[in-house]
Amino acid sequence: MDWEVVIGLETHVELATKTKIFCSCTTAFGGAPNTHCCPVCTGMPGTLPVMNKKVLEYATKASLALNCEVTRYCKFDRKNYFYPDLPKAYQISQLYLPIGRNGRVPITVGSEEKVIRIHELHMEEDAGKLVHDNWIDQTRADYNRCGVPLIEIVTEPDFRSADEVIAYLEKLRSTLEYLGVSDCKMQEGSLRCDVNLSVRPMGSVDFGTRTEMKNLNSFKAIARAIRYEARRQQELIEMDHRQVVQETRRWDDNKDASFSMRSKENAQDYRYFPEPDIPPMELSEEYLAQLKASLPEMAEVKKARYMKDFGLPEYDAGLLTGTKALADFFEETVTLGAPPKEVSNWMMAELLRTLKEKSMEPKDMLFAPETLAAIIKLVAEGKLNRNTASKVFSAVFDDNADPMAYVKEHGLEQISDTGLVESTVASILAANASQVEEYRGGKQKVFGFLVGQCMRALKGKADPKVVNEVLRKQLNG
Amino acid sequence: MSLLDLTALELGRAIKRGEVSVPEATQAALEAIQAKNAENNAFITVLNDRAMEQAAEIQKKISAGELTGPLAGVPLAIKDNICTKGVKTSCASKILGDFQPPYDATLTEKINAAGGVVLGKLNMDEFAMGSTSETSFYGPTKNPWDLGRVPGGSSGGAAAAVAARECWYAIGSDTGGSIRQPASYCGVTGIKPTYGTVSRYGLIAYASSLDQIGPLARTAEDCAAVLDAIQGKDPRDGTSLDVPCGHLLEGLTGDLTGMKIGIPTDCFGDGLDSQVSEKVLAAAQVLKARGAQVEQCSLPIMEYVVPTYYIIAAAEASSNLSRFDGVKYGWRAEGYEDLTDLYNKTRTEGFGAEVKRRILLGTFVLSTGYYDAYYKKALQVKAVIKQAFDAAFQKYDLLLMPVAPTTAPRLGESLSNPLQMYLSDIYTVSVNLAGLPGISIPCGLDSKGMPVGAQLIGPALGEQKVLNAARAFQLDTDYHKLVPTIKGGDR
Repeated sequence: MDWEVVIGLETHVELATKTKIFCSCTTAFGGAPNTHCCPVCTGMPGTLPVMNKKVLEYATKASLALNCEVTRYCKFDRKNYFYPDLPKAYQISQLYLPIGRNGRVPITVGSEEKVIRIHELHMEEDAGKLVHDNWIDQTRADYNRCGVPLIEIVTEPDFRSADEVIAYLEKLRSTLEYLGVSDCKMQEGSLRCDVNLSVRPMGSVDFGTRTEMKNLNSFKAIARAIRYEARRQQELIEMDHRQVVQETRRWDDNKDASFSMRSKENAQDYRYFPEPDIPPMELSEEYLAQLKASLPEMAEVKKARYMKDFGLPEYDAGLLTGTKALADFFEETVTLGAPPKEVSNWMMAELLRTLKEKSMEPKDMLFAPETLAAIIKLVAEGKLNRNTASKVFSAVFDDNADPMAYVKEHGLEQISDTGLVESTVASILAANASQVEEYRGGKQKVFGFLVGQCMRALKGKADPKVVNEVLRKQLNG
Repeated sequence: MSLLDLTALELGRAIKRGEVSVPEATQAALEAIQAKNAENNAFITVLNDRAMEQAAEIQKKISAGELTGPLAGVPLAIKDNICTKGVKTSCASKILGDFQPPYDATLTEKINAAGGVVLGKLNMDEFAMGSTSETSFYGPTKNPWDLGRVPGGSSGGAAAAVAARECWYAIGSDTGGSIRQPASYCGVTGIKPTYGTVSRYGLIAYASSLDQIGPLARTAEDCAAVLDAIQGKDPRDGTSLDVPCGHLLEGLTGDLTGMKIGIPTDCFGDGLDSQVSEKVLAAAQVLKARGAQVEQCSLPIMEYVVPTYYIIAAAEASSNLSRFDGVKYGWRAEGYEDLTDLYNKTRTEGFGAEVKRRILLGTFVLSTGYYDAYYKKALQVKAVIKQAFDAAFQKYDLLLMPVAPTTAPRLGESLSNPLQMYLSDIYTVSVNLAGLPGISIPCGLDSKGMPVGAQLIGPALGEQKVLNAARAFQLDTDYHKLVPTIKGGDR
């Protein structure tokens, strides 16, 4: 039997506000335990939450960018449960009136286009972190993360494959980065994703029983977990003739398998009710209009513009605009006067390859647009040949060193003295008389050999075009 | 006449004139507490040394002309559910242990800024849940008028301390009548202000949407002065209102000309003690004599108010009190096996019976399958109650009704029948549900010699009207000046 996988996603994204959602503590990642907190975010008796307006602004922007209907009269609710990382024993979240609803996110997988529907987008506070110390057999609570603002984006069960999920997450990440509302760093937990998955016979309209998978820490892990869970459910039904149990499962990336955490029967009753400490928020049309007008140019629009204005191929434009940091880098380099096509070529070849080799995110690199512009300029002015320039790029990338200084220090400047090229070519021709004979006898291949000899003698610092020209002239002359 | 017989404003003036020093007044109050606390148990914590130090500092500032407010130097006491930095704040519960908050409530800061000398922290029902101050982990407070009777609750310590002349005024909190009802039982004046006008930052929450801090004092004038000092927008409380506050004291007149006062007949039916009814209706005649138009009216909500209140208050309480889990501060049970056991043991041993009853009730009404039938319905009824008041205030400036159906019951009488105790909140809870200002003023003694209170309720932000009427009443009556002659607990 053919099976269809049905997936819905719940994605938690930390907002990049400077301060927490209900107090003025910093949201900075890390820090010594319990140094980024105060009586409010640790839920001390008598303290009260006060809404950070920036959070509302960011969540509203995200709702708008994901094509959601924005709730004009929006409220918080309390989600009650006991756990030591939740000092108030309730999380301030939104159940009844989330800020965004009924959104749409278009994605492209291969040549297929598809729209993923957003069920809702709501604001909430993050919980702290428990650290178990095996050495002393104690669990300790770190409340630094308590009150860091989150948005949770819940999709409809619209995905049919891991590829669609990844395409959506990449789109989501790019959108939120473009908005500047989150840095979406999975490794720091600022983008976390739970996967709801069920399988059903192909063609069936009813949904199967779903499981929810947690602890997915990278896009790769998400893709692997989806494949694993789909296969597990199919085998359960087909081979064991058993039913899928509705439960929450924990993905273990090291074991490449998921394990049951708790079943639906043990699910908690969160006893949601409207948060009495925070008055409802009314969003005026004026406020929304202002936010709409402030939305930056998004990836798709940018991509079209790069193709139209700079004549970039679709593939290149897509890659460059896929990450805000790359697009920003591209535009800044172009603003510095470098030809757009040249910048694109450098980024598509050297920059992306280097990032991949170093497993680095574009936003984490030190390498600056000024540096690339300088390298491009050195090539254009004939001070550096293109091959040497690649080497210079690699050499200065890590520390964003000054390329000209590097060129001078290592004596890599291109030989612009035609006399030296001419005399070198002449001596090479003299030393390789038999090859010269062969060439003149019609064996064109030998030309490449002679170019190589000349370039080696010139220590690679000559402009290959000039060497070609001089060589041809002397051979033919 | 003893210093302690002065009103807060009289003492403030005497201090300003240099007739009394702040340390003298503080010393007198500490001695009174020393003499009386053993019998009435109004205080959980008495700050002897700290109060004297504070008194000396405040005296310096007053002498230097840095503190000039009408309450500068006047000692007071604060209910033990309001945070005082470095001073034990227990909510009269075992579960908070010796919790000393590392921060002051906004109220505490404002009292400090007004030059108040804090004598100590006042007894109360555990987490402000109760109408008698008997549910305190620190033992019941007793009514200074009759030590065999309760002072009311939950701000029983506050009412008893003011009535027994242990301080000049006290700060309480009122979620369903917790200022007004003990004020009524103890023969003092207590006002619950409009919701949102006094910051709740640092008030340990019982029911967040209903809790409001307010004063208990000898006179309406004193209450006005305290409100002037403590009302106002607070950026640390999102529910605090951005409205003009202050100037209540200077706005006080005894003139009621043209004021229309409604007496809801719905509040004078079954269950109301006839002597209480008589005294409250007699109070109406006093107000009439001072120029008010008084007439009967209808407030057809009374049968809904108690169930609505107990659903909303218990629901919020069940959530607010979840943070007391033994993990972070306060008391933790010993000998637990795992996390769930730690929670269970700590909360089983740390909370008293009434608090547990309300947590269970609140947890039930919020649970899946019951939310719509109880909590959601209660919110809808709350809106209806508010509308009924709005309609009444279209016609009347104020409403006059009893505070409680009876005078103070004997110790032990109420806790044996919690449902009966809940029903006795009928005249006070609607004011919290509608977020309105309400004052309790002494209007006589019953045949047992126990004080009776009359309640004046105003529209939202109508504090000036409420206080004016109370002030007018007190200009023509002496009930607020009656001093309890302590009787034993033998009746």
